[in-house]
Amino acid sequence: MMRDLTASSEREACQPRFPAHALAGLAGTSFKPQHLQAILAGPRPRGFFEIHAENYMGAGGPPHRALEAIRRDHALSLHGVCLSIGAPQPLDTAHLARFADLVLRYEPALISEHLSWSTHETVYFNDLLPLPLTEATLAWVCEHIDQVQEAIRRPLLLENPSTYVLFREQTMRETEFLRAVTRRTGCGLLLDVNNVFVSATNHGFSPLEYLADYPLGLVGEIHLAGHAEQSDDEGGPLLIDSHDRPVADAVWSLFESVIARVGPIPTLIEWDSEIPEWPRLEAEVAAAQKILDHAASVGGRSHAA
Amino acid sequence: MRPDPSLRERKAPDMAYSAVFSAGLLDPDRETPSHVSGPAGKAAAKRYNVYRNNVTVSLIDALAAVYPAVQRITGVEFFRAMARLHVRETPPTSPLLFEYGRDFPAFVERYEYAQGMPWLSDAARIERAWLDAYHAADAAPLTASGLASVPAERLADLVLAPHPATRLVRSRFAAVTIVAANRAAGPVEKIDASQAEDALITRPECDVVLRRLAPGQAEFLSALISGRPLGEAAGAALEHHPGFNVGAGIATLIETGAFISAGASASIGDNP
Repeated sequence: MMRDLTASSEREACQPRFPAHALAGLAGTSFKPQHLQAILAGPRPRGFFEIHAENYMGAGGPPHRALEAIRRDHALSLHGVCLSIGAPQPLDTAHLARFADLVLRYEPALISEHLSWSTHETVYFNDLLPLPLTEATLAWVCEHIDQVQEAIRRPLLLENPSTYVLFREQTMRETEFLRAVTRRTGCGLLLDVNNVFVSATNHGFSPLEYLADYPLGLVGEIHLAGHAEQSDDEGGPLLIDSHDRPVADAVWSLFESVIARVGPIPTLIEWDSEIPEWPRLEAEVAAAQKILDHAASVGGRSHAA
Repeated sequence: MRPDPSLRERKAPDMAYSAVFSAGLLDPDRETPSHVSGPAGKAAAKRYNVYRNNVTVSLIDALAAVYPAVQRITGVEFFRAMARLHVRETPPTSPLLFEYGRDFPAFVERYEYAQGMPWLSDAARIERAWLDAYHAADAAPLTASGLASVPAERLADLVLAPHPATRLVRSRFAAVTIVAANRAAGPVEKIDASQAEDALITRPECDVVLRRLAPGQAEFLSALISGRPLGEAAGAALEHHPGFNVGAGIATLIETGAFISAGASASIGDNP
């Protein structure tokens, strides 16, 4: 234990220290390297940037130069997509150590992961896969979150996933499961409003009822993204969490209703595929910022939960 | 507080959902797992296929991102069919996708429909090395003045440490010219693929540099990378290529930033 502490304080001492940037009430977006020049050339965006942690786990080179440039001017959200918290097997401790190293190196304002899994045994599937929500998986997920929070020495925000199937053995509602996780581990929540809408449509429940049952007071960040529409086996709508287009009108409405209740929570526009030019993405961020600014002007956070 | 490690190592109690769910993700012949459904007992075949599609397409995309020149040479449709087979045969075992595809060049080499393009696997090897160089650790390359500080009588014994980004790929084909042409914008001229070429991949500053080596330089640099002193490395190169120019070889290693400071036999950069 002593040795661990010494090692990390030495590591911290030789890393560049970044300024703390404001995050409260701000909208931000996914950082994509192809936007770096446009971001640096234009007026400095007010908001924050989010990165997928795994893209910055190389030893050096251009990705770190780009991220250092972004981090100097902005608050950062570190979003893990591969910790596989929902898998019924031990976490990959080497991967967790890399995740914790990024936290030390870039001092993110927000750190998040998903209620899902992506690795089975040693195979990595590169997708956010679903799990049955039961007392047994709850215990397992909580143990994993404890382990992550020990490694990063910070609370994690846990994100609700988009899902396309249900498990026959499921015994808990997602909102019930998430609330129990926060109680047992002290973690916070990342509310993905698009995922709520996608899962609600796919499984035939009301997104408003979901949000009424969701512990909004524990939300540290909100995600918004675009989705695609396909059809299920019976020809009903099946929405896909595609992150490849603007946020849908129905999702904007849900977002406004959430912000009206809880005030201006940091909000991120995710756009990971068919990535547009920077001005198009900036406009999407501005639309979210307008809603946050309006909430701030009418009295800030109302502590709905 | 360090939790009891035995808790971390224990097996999950009766939670086979990931085994059952993952079995069919990369196997299109398997049926939809019976433990999933849509709401109110709706069927889940198309629903499960969303996951199959996400997994397969994203991994093919990952290979396409590592191997853009190979994809340009083969065309998108050919590449994706070839990559799909590889993804199913050899899925990633690390969550770091920039590490994925190390077995792809060997797969390309034996892929039935690529046998008419015997240079394709070497092109892939160069592209894999390119991405390794891109993500390698940062280090200041050895400079001309750093090398000049070594006394002449100690030069032959000088051992150099390779820069973390440095990679050497030797090909019986014109793989360097092929990759360079297919990674550049604009049309690709006709290339005589039968010419053997050696590639040196380095990252002296922020940008990865791909260079075709003169005869003998691959033997020279390869000996240096494996830790042999400068004199021995020059000897190895001359043995294979009597016309090898030692001065030009040294100039190349400086220009490309292939090495950092010196190792055991002499010390550069950390003189007291």
